[in-house]
Amino acid sequence: MQTLEPYLAEHPFLKGIETRHIQLLVGCAGNVRFDAGQYIFREGDEANEFYFIRHGKLALEIFRPHKGGIVVQTLQPGDVVGWSWLFPPHFRLFDCRAIELTRAIALDGTCLRNKCEEDYQLGYEMMRRFAHLMEEELLALRLQVLDIYGVPG
Amino acid sequence: MTPVPFMVKKVQRDTADTFTIVLTDVERVTGMTFAPGQFNMLYVFGAGEIPVSISGDPTSTKKLIHTVRVVGTVSRALRRLRVGDFVGVRGPFGTAWPVQKGESNDVVLVAGGIGLAPIRPALYYLLANRKKYGKITLLYGARTPSDILYRTELEQWRARFDLEVEVTVDHGDDTWWGNVGVVPTLIPRAPFDPLNTIAMTCGPEVMMRFTVMALRKRGVNTDDIYVSMERNMKCAIGLCGHCQFGGKFVCKDGPVFRYDTVAHLFNKREV
Repeated sequence: MQTLEPYLAEHPFLKGIETRHIQLLVGCAGNVRFDAGQYIFREGDEANEFYFIRHGKLALEIFRPHKGGIVVQTLQPGDVVGWSWLFPPHFRLFDCRAIELTRAIALDGTCLRNKCEEDYQLGYEMMRRFAHLMEEELLALRLQVLDIYGVPG
Repeated sequence: MTPVPFMVKKVQRDTADTFTIVLTDVERVTGMTFAPGQFNMLYVFGAGEIPVSISGDPTSTKKLIHTVRVVGTVSRALRRLRVGDFVGVRGPFGTAWPVQKGESNDVVLVAGGIGLAPIRPALYYLLANRKKYGKITLLYGARTPSDILYRTELEQWRARFDLEVEVTVDHGDDTWWGNVGVVPTLIPRAPFDPLNTIAMTCGPEVMMRFTVMALRKRGVNTDDIYVSMERNMKCAIGLCGHCQFGGKFVCKDGPVFRYDTVAHLFNKREV
């Protein structure tokens, strides 16, 4: 039977992770698809899942009253969506919308948290990778708020 | 070096603060040849002279094209010019993008804001000699969708099968369906072979710093990365010292530098 193991193993976020950890992840994984315009989650929702994007494009948005959502970041194949499953109280901080038909692997956060509690090495691997992702996204965000194209030079 | 009079043939608004001016050689003697990445000194009579990158096609000498951002007295005076007015031109000056070195390699061009203007001649050259190169990728970042330069041309380039174009904006709006995020974030998934790639980048210095970081992280060698620096150029021939960048003059030794020759200056706050 075809499992999600090869798809997870080739995802850039999990590059170099041990096979036994991939096998643990597969137990919490499911295949999902989102149509263009569909909201994957909204700010304030419970954060029970995160996603490895395989195909398509997603937008992270912040909602502004009377003005609608403003896109703060777009995500593509190879990206990971969702950190809130890691940190209590596990609520979403942004809206996430599919810009086009998107296919992803969803990981059940509760299932994975339990496995991380049982296997600290897996927990460390996941924390290390998410910390790196956060560092990269924080850097990009800092550049974004600098408004570097606003002033010449 | 005396400015040569060129006549304004066209002034076209690109964005709210950027315009492209097309000049022709009045004396119709030689036109002007230049290499991609070089700049001219444009003299608006009665207002002054400024350095402006040449943004046109290096294979065409009939017209001279510059894209200018309005930031001061001279650039404002340039924008006020009408068809038939005259501009004094000195140049071309400075070093060029290493388009020959890129032959048989992949080439990645990373531009931010008006930094696309000096990159465009390199892309024209690469496309005119397309068979000599591997994959060609243009990564472009702008502040907002309305700040995107050469929008029509970007759309045409995107439609080509032999060119990869990715555009991103720092701040999207309701009309924007493309990428949102800074331009260095496009580098990890851009389709080039890092060990056989020549990278050229132009934009605000902060953007170039992080672009170089992302290119190096991807595995591109520092001697295969080229940056176009911007300083206050006045004489354009390395005499006045206004554009000094460490031990180099941007007007004469640059504006295009191989990254490893200026890496030690890149993070030096005093220069």
